[in-house]
Amino acid sequence: MANPTGWKPSMEQEAKGGGAAAEAPGLGGAVRGLAYEEPLVFEHGSRGRCGVSLPPPPADFDASDLPAALVRPAVDGLPELSELEVVRHFTRLSSWNHGIDTGFYPLGSCTMKYNPKSSEALARLPGFAELHPLAPAELAQGALELMYRLERALSEIAGFDATTLAPAAGAQGELTGLMLIRAYHEARGNPRKKVLIPDTAHGTNPASSALNGYAVVQLASGPDGRLHPETVRAAMDEDVAAIMITNPNTLGVFESHIAEIAGIVHAKGGLVYGDGANMNALLGVARPGDMGFDVMQYNLHKTFATPHGGGGPGSGPVAVKAALVPHLPLPLVVKEGERYRLVTEARERPQTIGKLREFWGNFGMFVRAWALIREYGPEGVRATAELAVLNANYVRKQLEGTYHLPYPTDSLHEVVFDDAQQKDAGVTTMDVAKRLIDHGFHPPTIYFPLVVHGALMIEPTETESRETLDAFVAAMKAIAEEAKTDPEAVRAAPTRPVRARLDETRAARKPVLRWQPGMNVE
Amino acid sequence: MEIPEDLRYTREHEWARRKGSAIVVGITDFAQEQLGDVVYVELPDVGDTVKKGESFGVVESTKAVSELFAPISGKVIEVNDPLSDAPETINEDPYEEGWMITIEPSDPKDLETLMDAAAYKAFVEEQE
Amino acid sequence: MRYHPHTPDDVRAMLDVIGAERVDELFRSIPQALRLDRPLDLPPAADEIALFSELRRLAARNETAHPPFAGAGCYPHHVPPVVDQLLLRGEFFTAYTPYQPEISQGTLQALFEWQTFVCLLTGMDVSNASMYDGATATAEAALMAGRITGRDKVVVSAALHPEYRKVLATYLRSTGDEIVTVPFGADGRTDLAALEQAVDGRTACVILGYPNFLGVVDALPEAAAIARKAGALTVSATAEAVSLGLLQSPGALGADVAVGTFQSFGNPMSFGGPAPGFLATREKSVRQMPGRVAGATVDKQGRRGFVLTLSTREQHIRREKATSNICTNSGLCALASTIHLSLLGKRGLAELARLNHGRARMLRDAMERAGCRPVYSGPFFNEQVFDVGDAEAVVARLAKRGIVAGAPLARWYPDAPLARWYPDAPHAKGALLCATTELHGPELIQLFAGAVRS
Repeated sequence: MANPTGWKPSMEQEAKGGGAAAEAPGLGGAVRGLAYEEPLVFEHGSRGRCGVSLPPPPADFDASDLPAALVRPAVDGLPELSELEVVRHFTRLSSWNHGIDTGFYPLGSCTMKYNPKSSEALARLPGFAELHPLAPAELAQGALELMYRLERALSEIAGFDATTLAPAAGAQGELTGLMLIRAYHEARGNPRKKVLIPDTAHGTNPASSALNGYAVVQLASGPDGRLHPETVRAAMDEDVAAIMITNPNTLGVFESHIAEIAGIVHAKGGLVYGDGANMNALLGVARPGDMGFDVMQYNLHKTFATPHGGGGPGSGPVAVKAALVPHLPLPLVVKEGERYRLVTEARERPQTIGKLREFWGNFGMFVRAWALIREYGPEGVRATAELAVLNANYVRKQLEGTYHLPYPTDSLHEVVFDDAQQKDAGVTTMDVAKRLIDHGFHPPTIYFPLVVHGALMIEPTETESRETLDAFVAAMKAIAEEAKTDPEAVRAAPTRPVRARLDETRAARKPVLRWQPGMNVE
Repeated sequence: MEIPEDLRYTREHEWARRKGSAIVVGITDFAQEQLGDVVYVELPDVGDTVKKGESFGVVESTKAVSELFAPISGKVIEVNDPLSDAPETINEDPYEEGWMITIEPSDPKDLETLMDAAAYKAFVEEQE
Repeated sequence: MRYHPHTPDDVRAMLDVIGAERVDELFRSIPQALRLDRPLDLPPAADEIALFSELRRLAARNETAHPPFAGAGCYPHHVPPVVDQLLLRGEFFTAYTPYQPEISQGTLQALFEWQTFVCLLTGMDVSNASMYDGATATAEAALMAGRITGRDKVVVSAALHPEYRKVLATYLRSTGDEIVTVPFGADGRTDLAALEQAVDGRTACVILGYPNFLGVVDALPEAAAIARKAGALTVSATAEAVSLGLLQSPGALGADVAVGTFQSFGNPMSFGGPAPGFLATREKSVRQMPGRVAGATVDKQGRRGFVLTLSTREQHIRREKATSNICTNSGLCALASTIHLSLLGKRGLAELARLNHGRARMLRDAMERAGCRPVYSGPFFNEQVFDVGDAEAVVARLAKRGIVAGAPLARWYPDAPLARWYPDAPHAKGALLCATTELHGPELIQLFAGAVRS
C-alpha cells in the first residue's frame, strides 16, 4: 500500500524507545531536529527587559491628577522579554500548528481554502488599516465605495435584494437573520413561536434560534439524506416563524426539494432561512434567492477565503429579499449621486432591528473578500464551485469501498464517510483522524453531522491540486489497510506531532485556564 | 454492567434507593458508561424542591451534557457535595459513593411507580 | 487563475475517474429550474496589477496626514512591525479553530497566554478565548448575569459607550429584559444617587464604562458596592485597554465581569473592525461564561499541552441550551494583542499607559490655552470632552485639512439629549470627544489645538 510520505510509523516508535526520556530537550531547547519545546511567554525572560521602543514619558509625569486609589503599580506577572525573545517564542509556537499554508486541510463544512497573500497586503494599505471608524464621510469615500460594491456583489451572487455587512461572523449572521425574521413577523402582528431545523444542521442554528426566543423543532432528514416536503408539511403551522436550511446540507447533499419546501412554508406565512456555510458549492451555478430562500448568511472566511486565523475573525454578511430590507441592521452604505454615506441612525430606518456590534462590521475582512471577487470575476467565481465539487467527487469516488458511505446520494462540495468498515478491527473515526496527522494531513471534520455515527466529513475545496488529493486518498487507504493489519498502531496515533493525544478529561475536571505569578502550569 | 436488585429505576437511567423514609438518587452504571468520563456535575441545594420527571441538575463529560431527572417529587435534604471536586466518583462507584441527592418524598408511593431491576434490565437491553 | 491549480488535463483525468463526461454533470442534483442560466453580474476579472492599482486608489481616498484625534472605542496606536510579521506566519493565520489539539498547540498555547494577559490586566480569575468586540462582549456579559442571578433587569450608565448600549438593546430584545439607563453627573461619572435608586432586587447587573465613553474614569468601586448590596453583578466595559496599564484593575475595584476590547494592543483601527473583544470573570462563574476557552492538560506521555475545554457550554454540544451561539471569535486579533503585550511587558505597558495619559494632559493644557474648556471634571485617561463651540463645524473644518478631529457628542445622545439632564451645560452642541495616544506628539497636539481654535 502506498505511503506517500515514505515514512514508517513503526520506525519512529523504536527510535524513541517509547519513553519520555528520549524527548528531553537538548541544550538549545530542540526536542528533535528543529522542533522545539517552548515555555509560556510568562515563564522566561529576565527582570528589566522590554521589547518596545517608546518615546520617554513627559519628565514631570506623576499621575497626581488621578485619585491614588485608582492608580495601579506596574502589573505583576507581565513578561520581561527582548524583541528577539518574543519573536522566537511565537515563531516556535507557530511551528506547532498545522495551517493551510502547511498542508491539506479537508475540514468539512469549514471550507479551508487558500488565503491569498494579495488580500493580506491590500487589507494592510494605510488607507484601509489606519482608517478610523468615525472619520468623516469625505475622508472615507474609498472605504465606503468598497463596502457598497461588496454589498452589491454579495446580493448578486446569492440572488437577493440587499445585504448587511455588519455581522461579525456566521453565527452572528444567523442571529441577525432570525432577528430579521422576528421583526418581519412582529410587523405583521405576531412574532410566532417556533423554528424548524433539520437534524443535519450546525449547532449554531438551534443556539441562534434560542437566543431569539424561538422554540426549536427538529426535523428528520430522509434515508437519502434530504429533507422531504411531507416532513415539512407535517410540522408546518402558523406558529412557525421560519425553517432554517443549509443547502447543500452538511452531508454535501443538495436539498433538491427546496422549491417545494419553500412553497409549503410560505403558504403558511413562514420564511425560509438559508445557512450559507456551504455557499462554496453553488457560486455562479445556482442562487439561494432563486430557490425560495428569504434570508441567508454568508461566511466570508469560508466562501471568500478570508483567513480563519485559528478561530476568527469571521464576517457573516446577511442577504435578504425586499420584504426584510426595512428591518436590516445598521449601518447601511448608501450612494447619493457620486458620494457614499453610512446610515447609522434609527431615525432614518425606523424599522431596523438596531445595531449588532460596534461600528460598521469587520471591514478588514471586506477588503480581503472584495479583492478575491475582483480577481475572480464572474468566471472565476463560478469555477470555484465547479472545481470544489470536482475535487470532492474525485476523493469520494476513490474512497468509496474503502470507507463506508452512509448516504450514497449525489454530493456536491463535500462528502461524508463513516467508520463502519473499520469498526470490527476496533478502529474508530477518531483513530483514523489522528492517524492522518501522522501522514501530514489535517483530519476531516469528525462526528458531525450528528445523523451519521462516526462521521468523517471531507471538504477538499477548489484550491487543492489533483496530486494533493491523490496523496490524501493514498493516506486514507493506507490507514484503512493498517486498521486491518495493525489496528494498535492506528489507535496509538498520532506519534509524529509535538504532542500525543491530550487528556481532555483532565482539562475539564480541574480547569487550568491561565497562568499566574508563582504558578506551575501542568 | 451492574444493576443492583434492591433499587428502583427510571427510563432516564436514574436509580432510587429507600433510606429510612427518604430516597437516595444517583445515575446507573449504564448511564455513566454511556456518558464516558464525567467531568462536572451540577446538583440542587439542600432545601430545594424537585418534581418527578423534571430536571434537578446536569452531569457532563467532555463531549456531552446530560440532564438529571428526579425519579420522585419531594424536598432535597442531602447533597453529595464531594462530587463537585471528584466527579469521577460517578464513573467509579455509581451506586454507592457516586450518589447525588437524598429526597424527602412528598408521596412515598411514587417509588413504586418506578421500574424494578428486572424491568430496567430489559429496558436497557432494548436500548442497546 | 492562480488559485485554481487544475489544468484542462487534470479536469479531464479527474472526470474520467469519477465517470462523468462534463463537470456540469456533477451538479445534476440541482434541478434545472433552480440553476442560474447567465453569468453573474460582477465586474470582469482583474489581474494582480490591476487589482492593486484599483484598491490602492480606493485606499488613497481614505488616507489622512495625521493620526486621528478620534477615539470613542477605537484608538490609533503604534503597532510594532514584529506583531504583523509574526501574525502573517501562515501556521497561525491559515489555521482553523484548534479542534485537533495535537497539531494546534501553537494556537492553543497562544490563546492560553491571551487568557492570562486578560486576567492580569483586568484582575479577573478566568477569561475566554475572545469575543467579536467590546459591544457584543458587553451584551453577552448581561446575558450571563441574567443566567447567574435569574433576574431580568439591567442597569446601565448613560456614560457607557453608546454603541455598546445599542448592541445590548438589540441582544436583550428577545429576552424581554428591561434596560434602565441612569444619567451621569457634571464630573462625567455615573450619578450614584440615581444608580442606587435604579438598582433593586430584580437587577441582574450594573454596567459601567471604565474609562467611560466621556473618557472619564468612572466610579466603579462605588457602583460595585451598590450592586453588591442588591445581589446584582457589576460589569465593567473597557474600550481603551491601554488604560489598564495605569488604572487599577476592574477586578480590584469590585467588578464581577470585565469586558471590552484589546484593539489597542496590536490591532489596526481598520475602520472599526475586526478587533478582539474580551470577557473575563470570577472563577465561580466560569461555567456560565460564553465562548471558547483553552485549558492546560497533559498528553499521553505526560507532557504539558493545551486543549479547548469546558466545551459543553457551547453551541456545538448544547445547541439551543448553549451559553451563547458564538462559534468563530477573534482568534487572530487576540494573537496580535498577545504578541504586542509580550513585547510591551511589565515596563512597556506601564510606560505606554503613562505616555498616553501624559499626552492627554498635554492636550488639555493646549486646548485650554486655545479657549476650549474641558466639559467634565472627573479624572480621565487618554480621552476627554472639550467644548469647542460647534463640534460638527470643527469636525467638518478639520476634515478639509485631513484631520479627524474627534466625535461630536451630540451625535451619540440624540434620544437622551445631554441638555435634558444638564440644561445649563454648553456642551450639547460644543462637546467634542478627543483621544490622544503615543502617536500624538507635542507638535501635533499644538497644531491640533491651533486648528480647532482658528
